Amino acid sequence: MRILIKNGHIIDPSQGVDGVGDVLIQNGKIKEIKRKKSGGPPFPKGEGKGRGKNPGLRTIDASGLYVLPGLVDMHVHLREPGFEYKETIKTGTMAAVKGGFTTVCCMPNTYPVNDNASVTEFIIRKAAQEGFCTVFPIGAVTKGQKGEELAEIGTMINEGCIAFSDDGQPVMNSLIMRRALEYSKTFDVPIISHCEDLTLSEGGVMNEGLLSVTLGLTGIPAEVETIMVYRDISLTALTGGRLHIAHVSTEGSVNLIRDAKKKGINVTAETCPHYFSITEDAVKGYNSNAKVNPPLRTVRDIEAIKEGLRDGTIDVISTDHAPHHVDEKLREFDMAPFGISGLETALSLSLKLVQQGILSLNHLVKKMALNPAGILQIDKGTLKVGADADMVIVDQNKEFKVEAERFVSKGKNTPFEGWVLRGMPTLTISKGRVYEW
Amino acid sequence: MLNRKDLLGIKELSVEEINLILDTAAGFKDVLGRDIKKVPTLRGRTAVNLFFEPSTRTRTSFELAAKRLSTDVINFSVPTSSVVKGESLIDTALTVQALGADFIIIRHSSSGVPHLLAKKLMASVINAGDGTNEHPTQALLDAFTIREKKGKIKGLKIAIVGDITHSRVAKSNIYCLKKLGAKVRLIGPPTLIPNEIKGMGIDIFHDMEAGLKDVDVLMTLRIQMERQGKGFFPSTEEYSRNWGLTSERLSLAKDDAVVMHPGPMNRGIEITSEVADGPNSLILDQVTNGLAVRMAVMYLLEGVKR
Repeated sequence: MRILIKNGHIIDPSQGVDGVGDVLIQNGKIKEIKRKKSGGPPFPKGEGKGRGKNPGLRTIDASGLYVLPGLVDMHVHLREPGFEYKETIKTGTMAAVKGGFTTVCCMPNTYPVNDNASVTEFIIRKAAQEGFCTVFPIGAVTKGQKGEELAEIGTMINEGCIAFSDDGQPVMNSLIMRRALEYSKTFDVPIISHCEDLTLSEGGVMNEGLLSVTLGLTGIPAEVETIMVYRDISLTALTGGRLHIAHVSTEGSVNLIRDAKKKGINVTAETCPHYFSITEDAVKGYNSNAKVNPPLRTVRDIEAIKEGLRDGTIDVISTDHAPHHVDEKLREFDMAPFGISGLETALSLSLKLVQQGILSLNHLVKKMALNPAGILQIDKGTLKVGADADMVIVDQNKEFKVEAERFVSKGKNTPFEGWVLRGMPTLTISKGRVYEW
Repeated sequence: MLNRKDLLGIKELSVEEINLILDTAAGFKDVLGRDIKKVPTLRGRTAVNLFFEPSTRTRTSFELAAKRLSTDVINFSVPTSSVVKGESLIDTALTVQALGADFIIIRHSSSGVPHLLAKKLMASVINAGDGTNEHPTQALLDAFTIREKKGKIKGLKIAIVGDITHSRVAKSNIYCLKKLGAKVRLIGPPTLIPNEIKGMGIDIFHDMEAGLKDVDVLMTLRIQMERQGKGFFPSTEEYSRNWGLTSERLSLAKDDAVVMHPGPMNRGIEITSEVADGPNSLILDQVTNGLAVRMAVMYLLEGVKR
């Protein structure tokens, strides 16, 4: 089976490609990539549907569209095993592919927790059988994500884990965090930190400020995050480990990470579309779909995060896709779970950064494909010859209205309901299959 | 009539709406002074007191207000309900509505619950206290009481003393009194007054003596015992020493200053018995007026639907 994608504007920062050309896929791998100007013999003409001169060649006309490497999301919650009513590996990866992602990394806060090789093996096997895209599990740093004892990191790596995190929970004990950063050096894998000082955030459900006071909701001050960002950067400097900071939401964190990078400390960072798209105002009216941890912050934080993305302080845009059942969100704000279903809106929200002139499309592809692949040292996020034929075709002008009811994810929890977004994936190629919308 | 289905908070009310409620309450207060204290105004209606938090005075006040309007009342309180069997909030509320409730009077420990129910229910939702958000009828009865005693609210210096952070009474009073033109100040330890509230044009005093100067109205709030040991203040004794309302401190306010408390009181902690039972105290007037104000609210909301 061969697929020829013709006349698309190919953007692949992994090999400095940014121009109109063709991509030929054969047996699920990139066979050839050719820019229009580069000359050389033309690709075989396809007749489509596998007939004609070149049976088995499907031609896709990408004129006027962008052809990008399949996006890599290093922070999703697929909820399986244990919370299949929220999401499954099947539905979560379907949502990924619809959103232009061909690789997702799932956090370990399942039930049971992915803190041992058998859970890792289950996820890998299930994803191979039912997944629409490639899944890499992230293992727990500590057993049961309790923050007390290191989990069997090496064994989980053998089974397929590519990074470690207690995401959803911080590793509150500084000594255990130190040990994790030290021990993981053996395997050269990153420790992904959910930065939250639990003693300071206790009971908090939204950003702390005048709005939390007037809504009568317990606030989570920005310092809840920055204190831990500083601690983890310090421990990384001490240990020489590899730290990746998850879901950056505050100006203070951006500044700390920028300074750490200047000092040469081995830290990378991600943010999520909701942290540069909306403020705490989305919570008004007790909208539990805007309840997320870390909480939505202020305009000032959004500006700082955008600047951090622009100047390279923030390496990655991930989704922190956190699907929940509608009944769980439709309850007391205090008791509704944290999280936003993000896979199906992430690319379009991020394209706004390109429209606003903050990032070039080339930069955006780095943040959403090449950089996460690099941090995780996986052979993804590239259209290099020989790589898996993971790619997404994007129509930058096509508009759509966000309607949670039409999400393929089981999680309909979005604060972007009703938004009209410009630019969306129209076709994704993942694991050798073509998905079109 | 009020142009709204629900009473969720003072935040959402206009000055005209607040004045309408207070004026209407004055009429109902006359009714309460008669030999026959009941009017047929809302005969055939049903009100449900849906209380997820223990309450005696507010629940009783709403119950009696409804009865005075000839409305049937059901009390639905948590320990006897299916909530303890794991029923969701929405299901409980829908069940209550299906019984034919015209008014759902709700108290809940989580802020925003009345707002959620108001969206889901046809019935009028009246907020009887949600989390640390609002307790609108308390603020309305406080405003009514001040107006009755002082003849006006505009221009008065009003001090609210105590745990502002966790007090829905304080929040509703701040919105209400500000809207009616009072000069509001807050007195208490910094741990119990959110600093952001300054953004609303309110003065904050941590020194009680300084804060009480020239004050016309003094509202003290109940100090909840569970705050002790959480780092908000070292002990109730120390709290009392610094922010308890004593006769000596009261003398720093204007001579004709009045003292209010939403109850229930911790005598000897936030207020001494001498002050609570003294000539400046309006504490029992507040309770009486609460009835008239709650009758007015139900009457005015009911007018919207018919």
